[in-house]
Amino acid sequence: MVTTTELDPVQQTPDLAKVRSTTTTVKATAGYRVFTWFNIVALTVVGALTLYPFLNLAARAFSSEAAIRGGEVFAWPVGFNTTTLQSVVSQEMFWINYRNTVVYTVLATAIAMVLTTTFAYVLSKKHLKGRTFLVGLALFTMFFTGGLIPNYVLISALGFKNTIWAIVLPQAISVFNLLVMKSFFENFPTELEEAAAIDGLSTYGIFLRIVLPLSKAVIATMILFYAVAFWNSWFQAFLYMDNPSMYPVTVFLRNIIAGATGTGEGLSDIAVQVGANVKAVTTLLTVLPIVCLYPFIQKYFVSGVMLGSVKG
Amino acid sequence: MSSSLSTAVPPNRDVLTGDAPLAPAPVRNRDTWRRALRRDWQLYTLAILPVVFLLLFRYVPMLGNVIAFRRFRPGGSIFGEEWAGFYYVQRFIQDAKFWEVFQNTVIIGGLSLLIVFPLPIILALMLNEVRVRWFKKAIQTVSYLPHFMSVVIVASFVYELTSLDGTINAIIRAVGGDPISFMQRADWFRTIYISSEVWQTVGWGTILYLAALTTIDEQLYEAARIDGANRWKQTWHVTLPGIRPTMMVLLILNIGQFMAVGFEKIFLLYNPLTYQTADVISTYIYRVGLQSGQLSYATAIGLFEALIGLALVLSANTISRRLTGSSLW
Repeated sequence: MVTTTELDPVQQTPDLAKVRSTTTTVKATAGYRVFTWFNIVALTVVGALTLYPFLNLAARAFSSEAAIRGGEVFAWPVGFNTTTLQSVVSQEMFWINYRNTVVYTVLATAIAMVLTTTFAYVLSKKHLKGRTFLVGLALFTMFFTGGLIPNYVLISALGFKNTIWAIVLPQAISVFNLLVMKSFFENFPTELEEAAAIDGLSTYGIFLRIVLPLSKAVIATMILFYAVAFWNSWFQAFLYMDNPSMYPVTVFLRNIIAGATGTGEGLSDIAVQVGANVKAVTTLLTVLPIVCLYPFIQKYFVSGVMLGSVKG
Repeated sequence: MSSSLSTAVPPNRDVLTGDAPLAPAPVRNRDTWRRALRRDWQLYTLAILPVVFLLLFRYVPMLGNVIAFRRFRPGGSIFGEEWAGFYYVQRFIQDAKFWEVFQNTVIIGGLSLLIVFPLPIILALMLNEVRVRWFKKAIQTVSYLPHFMSVVIVASFVYELTSLDGTINAIIRAVGGDPISFMQRADWFRTIYISSEVWQTVGWGTILYLAALTTIDEQLYEAARIDGANRWKQTWHVTLPGIRPTMMVLLILNIGQFMAVGFEKIFLLYNPLTYQTADVISTYIYRVGLQSGQLSYATAIGLFEALIGLALVLSANTISRRLTGSSLW
């Protein structure tokens, strides 16, 4: 009997937080006890250093400009106020760009999922003639690519500049994600597909009605992989979009950072002095959705990475 | 990256495809294309869109590299107009600026390999020694977080922390030093870049090592203990050999990325004041190609970079297979 739990990679992921049993046969030496304490302190420092930029960001976002300029803001707001937050939130362009990010992410993820899922399913069929060639076709792109200029020339020639297609199409298949899904489908119980075939289902029917419904967990993981990547991306939009109302929020933030430091390339025309807390608030609002979702999506990512590595 | 990152994959298997390499295909004389198409035509139709995608967005740009040897006219053919031979290649070989960015690329790539690559191993070994579950889980959760941040966010953090009113300068002032305008100083760029890489990638990089560590048989530690091995010796003789295949595969992948140092991050962090140390091949290509419009010239440099990358990953793979038996294919 196949249950969905057996097909859920998150359930099958080894527990990485598992701790080794304590020594029973050999008594811990004094040196080892010292090491254990050193280890705990060092890891605490690592954790604190990792979190500090986030705390500093939140503190600056709600501090007064004077306190920031005076170098007084560390992990806690000084001169607490929400005026900057209100002024950033009231900017129409910020929300237009935020909405663009959502639209680009949803559309790009949908396209990527259709292409990746179907291709991974095909590649998982070991009996398929020509399969090695198709796998090679995908794998080779991991090690050799066209490079910036030929890609730019192609996207321009296709007329994708200043269109949504420049963002949602060219990054559609990530070979790493493809391999993760392929290895998942390879371990899919063949009896189920064979039984469905005997019942008269076509390959399309098996794929849509048997395989996909039982692959919800891995599909959710892949959606998250793609969605986070597209949410975070900025360079495609920076390269191919000339109209600020088409920017995603990452490019909006990039222009604020570049403008504020006066080093933005090709941006000298809008290199205005932007207040330190405006930068902080914009960064905070960009980072917020990911940080809020992070506790819930983390385990899917870990399982996805390991699914791709353990099975190969 | 995908590969035989665990000892679960049998040796001598092609870890990327799961097939035995060079194994002769089972001789099935009658499995002709006609027969395969009749049996699997629905599977082949499912592959059409993905293959078209790969050909158009991956292989056409690959062929587009031919403009490194052809004169390109904006608005003309994407494969260029007429042959120019090795004109553009000769030009970059004689370009002193090219060798400067080449050197910067090698230095930043080398520093990444030397510093950013080993740190996840050390952090994973440290986490492996923790005996308190909630503490280990908390550190893991926190250390993965930066991986999910856009490079723009990371750049924003870097500017924030290194600014004159930022935390690092506050510390410098507190110990009596003079504030440093880090982002305007070429001599600080590499330190800042590598630190931000460490911050963003080290925690996430432990996952594959921690996964490999869970596959090590507890009995091996028991046996080592009975033989009188202390913790340090257990780590050296049991733990490290247990994660060696993972280390090798990740090292190969890292070497393959050696020349492709983080273009987006450098692009966000550098400025004309720091070009001297920060300008790498990919950023130079961007400026020469897309800002100065010398597309063929920039492509020639890009092709050179891509070929070095390919050569690096091929040779690292071969060396690793000869020396350690673990490889990507």
